[in-house]
Amino acid sequence: MKRTIFSNQLLPWLLLAPQLAITFIFFLWPAAQAIRHSVLRQDAFGINTNFVGLANFRALMNSAQYLNSLQVTVVFAISVTLLSMGFSLLLAVAVDRMIRSTSVYTTLLVWPYAVAPAVAGILWWFIFNPTIGVMPYVLDVVGYNWNHMTSKTDAMILVVIASAWKQISYNFLFFVAGLQSIPASLREAAAIDGAGPVRRFFDITFPLLSPTTFFLMVVNIVYAMFDTFAVIDATTEGGPAQATNILVYKVYFDGFVGQNMGSSAAQSVILMLIVIALTAIQFRYVEKKVAY
Amino acid sequence: MSRLLTASVAALIASLTAAQAQTDIQWWHAMGGELGAKLEEITRNFNDSQDEYRVVPSYKGTYPETMTAAIAAFRARQQPAIVQVFEVGTGTMMAAEGAVVPVHQLMADHGESFDPQAYLPAVVGYYSDTEGNMLSLPFNSSTPILYYNKDAFEKAGLDPEQPPETWAQLEEFATRIRESGAASCGFTSRWISWIQTENFSAWHNQPIGTLENGLGGQDARLTLNGPAQVKHWENLKRWADEGLFKYGGPVAGDGAAPLFYSQECAIYMESSGGRAGIIANATDFEVGFGMLPYYDDIEGAPQNSIIGGATLWVLSGRPDAEYEGVARFFEYLSSPEVQAEWHQFTGYLPITQAAYDLGKEQGYYEQNPGTEVSIQQITLNEPTENSKGLRFGNYVQIRGIIDEEFEQLLSGAKDAQGALDSLVQRGNALIEEFQAQNQ
Repeated sequence: MKRTIFSNQLLPWLLLAPQLAITFIFFLWPAAQAIRHSVLRQDAFGINTNFVGLANFRALMNSAQYLNSLQVTVVFAISVTLLSMGFSLLLAVAVDRMIRSTSVYTTLLVWPYAVAPAVAGILWWFIFNPTIGVMPYVLDVVGYNWNHMTSKTDAMILVVIASAWKQISYNFLFFVAGLQSIPASLREAAAIDGAGPVRRFFDITFPLLSPTTFFLMVVNIVYAMFDTFAVIDATTEGGPAQATNILVYKVYFDGFVGQNMGSSAAQSVILMLIVIALTAIQFRYVEKKVAY
Repeated sequence: MSRLLTASVAALIASLTAAQAQTDIQWWHAMGGELGAKLEEITRNFNDSQDEYRVVPSYKGTYPETMTAAIAAFRARQQPAIVQVFEVGTGTMMAAEGAVVPVHQLMADHGESFDPQAYLPAVVGYYSDTEGNMLSLPFNSSTPILYYNKDAFEKAGLDPEQPPETWAQLEEFATRIRESGAASCGFTSRWISWIQTENFSAWHNQPIGTLENGLGGQDARLTLNGPAQVKHWENLKRWADEGLFKYGGPVAGDGAAPLFYSQECAIYMESSGGRAGIIANATDFEVGFGMLPYYDDIEGAPQNSIIGGATLWVLSGRPDAEYEGVARFFEYLSSPEVQAEWHQFTGYLPITQAAYDLGKEQGYYEQNPGTEVSIQQITLNEPTENSKGLRFGNYVQIRGIIDEEFEQLLSGAKDAQGALDSLVQRGNALIEEFQAQNQ
């Protein structure tokens, strides 16, 4: 293999400098700050600061609210991932069968992705608002008293729908691309052998799609865990009674509303570990084992 | 090219000197809607009255948002000179010595006359330190009162001039309203924490916490799980199940307002400061006013209600020139004319005796029946140690816990005793944490 050798030792560093600066300012430095604050106890205005060791972490492990938040996050992330991926796969398979109108449907289905999470949250909040919304009115007709301000289940359904809806477009695009890369000859061969559309999907298409599916699964879990802050903030604010208080929202709430910087920092350090673990899983297992 | 450069440099210098001639004073507040417009009008009047200072009001969202924005700004050394902080933030602000300039000191330093005695006693006590020094300037103080839909009362065959006085009566009225079809729900309420828990306790002369509800020092702890509070929360849950009561959501209970405006709920408990908004929105029906209901079998009720609303805190670390302007602005804000105008427009309490007297002189209360309810309610009896106010650290978060535990109660996960016990236990943990942070 041919290697290009730069004679100038400084040039590569100069070219890398902007990226390194951004990484340092926006990633490394805040991460270091979070670690520092996680072992401190400080008043709201930052006037008194004491070193408390791992007390903030210990307090979290003994906190019923934090354990509840963990549980809520797991339920939320799995529901969002399943719902948005299931739905987008369905849409992608449907669009893949279209002949002429594929591009029109694709364009239309990508639109929600352009909607900011906070806007998506407000949108669904309006639709499901117990006082002025359309859905509670419709549900009332079928005998269901929708109120996400008092019912934990309703609140969870609301944030899951709002978050999953946002992500459908993204998943859809990847699934469409994945479907198009599956050679048509394989499916045709199966059809000639007498396999129906459902059988063809489960025996041919779905296994061949698995690299895309696994990739999307990791992306969706990360999305549900870390990028849904705005949806939660605009709809339930973690309520009722912490039923939708996912880990990321709790970091914000305890730190910025509750003014407990130490606990908030400790929570973000834990989140940082979760991200590292997820990334490792993606690289170690998903990318290596799911290749056909 | 060089000519253009010279011209632009000259323009830049000119704009800089123009900016220097007037000192800008940033004021972060939480008054939206009609209140925000009125606040801006008052500020404009001050700015037009002199040319040394320009007060720049900025709306920062809800009370908790405004407070947390100011604290974050302080940590980043970008703080405004004045910030409006709601009453439950008082504990946090008071503990932050070094971050705030006490108002009594600011006024003394800048030679403005300032007499704490001029303020209504129910207001001053809430915002003074243990030595009686006023730390922040009361701006908008309110107390919750009862609003009701006179048209719905009439439809239900009730006397439209007679608001419910006791909770038993309220239950009876609400049932009548619902059964007659005058409205689908009896009553709703903003602020479960402030109205149905804290004010409920003061109104029934029940303690919220030890050490005079925390006014006596940081060692105070919550005692909100007494029999009166348990009984009331139990009833609220029962009424919610029966459809007599509708919950408006956590914190301020924003969902309650549309329920009243759309005539879905006929009775509504809300801050007296909500009057301007209610009058503006209740276009299809006539609004009546009353005092908060009480349980006539609880001894000592009705006592007096406590205030809510907000005060203006002065943050330290700004250039000296700004503080001179802040003192001048505060002097202006406390004048009887400005106070009376603000009080009469918004429904907030007249916070000085002079403003109240001015309103009486103008015959305002006779012309506008119902507007005096809040003042009568807050001064109904000499405040006891249970009804002067409350002050705890981390109380913004504790308010959140009150909402959560109430939601646990509504969802059926806990009974009233369980919810309130857990509220006290979780709240006290936060108070202990606060005490540790400030040592």
